[in-house]
Amino acid sequence: MTVNRILYVIAYIVLAPFAGILLEGIDRKLSARMQRRVGPPLLQPFYDVVKLFKKQVISVSSTQTFFLLTYLILMILTGALFFGGGDILMCFFVLSTAATFLYFAAVASSSPYATIGANRELIQMMTYEPAVLLSCVGFYLSEGTFNVSRIAVSEFSSILYLPGFFIAFVFILTIKLRKSPFDTATSHHMHQELVKGLTTEMGAQNLALFQIAEWYELVFLMGVVGLYIINSNPWSIPAAVLVVLASWFLEILIDNTSARMKWEDMLVGTWMVTLLTAGVNLLALMLIKA
Amino acid sequence: MANIKRSPWLLHYDGSSCNGCDIEVLASLTPVYDAERFGVMNTGDPLQADILLITGGINTQNRDVVKQLYKQMPRPKVVVAVGVCACTGGVFKDCYNILGGADEVVPVDIYVPGCAARPQAIIDGIIQAVELFQQRSEEHDRLVRDMKAWGKRKPKAES
Ligand code: SF4
Repeated sequence: MTVNRILYVIAYIVLAPFAGILLEGIDRKLSARMQRRVGPPLLQPFYDVVKLFKKQVISVSSTQTFFLLTYLILMILTGALFFGGGDILMCFFVLSTAATFLYFAAVASSSPYATIGANRELIQMMTYEPAVLLSCVGFYLSEGTFNVSRIAVSEFSSILYLPGFFIAFVFILTIKLRKSPFDTATSHHMHQELVKGLTTEMGAQNLALFQIAEWYELVFLMGVVGLYIINSNPWSIPAAVLVVLASWFLEILIDNTSARMKWEDMLVGTWMVTLLTAGVNLLALMLIKA
Repeated sequence: MANIKRSPWLLHYDGSSCNGCDIEVLASLTPVYDAERFGVMNTGDPLQADILLITGGINTQNRDVVKQLYKQMPRPKVVVAVGVCACTGGVFKDCYNILGGADEVVPVDIYVPGCAARPQAIIDGIIQAVELFQQRSEEHDRLVRDMKAWGKRKPKAES
């Protein structure tokens, strides 16, 4: 059992960047096809990062690299906790800590663009945090445990009890993955008003570190989506993969068909959706379980 | 050694262009020409850019801006001048405020002529710039390696 867990953790640490590259490559290719373009090669995100590592390092502030490394390590820790079958509540707390270090990395440069981006990142955290915490509560209420390894082998898929939580979680994924219409902290395209906001002052290696951390985060978040589906039946694994890919496709579709929102609208809209889906689901669940 | 020419990120700077060339630069990113096929991304951030693409001539006001942008870009980097204005000053050459082409202030590597330069020509210019970018990257790597080797050897030579 413990050996298995260690294997999962190692598999995550080694394979997550590759999965991240593929998912992001698919994103860029599909986005291009949706815009009737040919699009870059599938491995383009990988080429980008290789190039970034080979460029001269001009650092605005030397603490930035430290903050970004911490961000990356905490992000890996989040995923390792999750795929090692740890406590899901803990995963999300570590994830929030990681996000805080990203905030520090951005403000360390004291550039106005990065600072505005960082402030918006905090607002985004405030926006998605209720849905994330409610998801944890939902898992606990339906499965009686916060433990990922136990949730994953439950008799029925959690989504049967938690459809509302699932919708809320997929909704906030758009914020977490920095996709339009909620890409307020890093404008999705680099030449827009914020010049990438959070990452404006990150160049060369530092941007590469950020990119790698994003891949780890992507795989972790997709893992949480899969956790809603997976149960003790081995056939639930392909089903979970399918649902993960479907939600990734949905994110790309939303990204390509919507314009960026103001942060006020994002905040109010997301909280409303969270309340209406996860909140109602929570009430129903408490009634059933009581 | 590693192939980095697959990922050229552009910084597009509009000097004193009439906007004709800028429209064409943006056109090369649209579905018809799709420069992203080659991994090209249009960035507004000099810190992340590999290729500086200048349209329009240099005037007394943007002289320092262009120099500054060039300095902020990490090595290896390549400069492309798009349109006759950026190449020589073009039709505005004799204006009281125009100093000339982009090469008045930064070393230009690739000149893309035309008024306005056509998207095909711009993409061709970028492809040539990308080859140069790869070459510069190898030179940069060699330099870094040599410096490291030198750093290691030096104390020994002294002792
Ligand atoms: S080359 Fe022609 S189109 Fe381009 S900026 Fe100059 S005048 Fe305008």
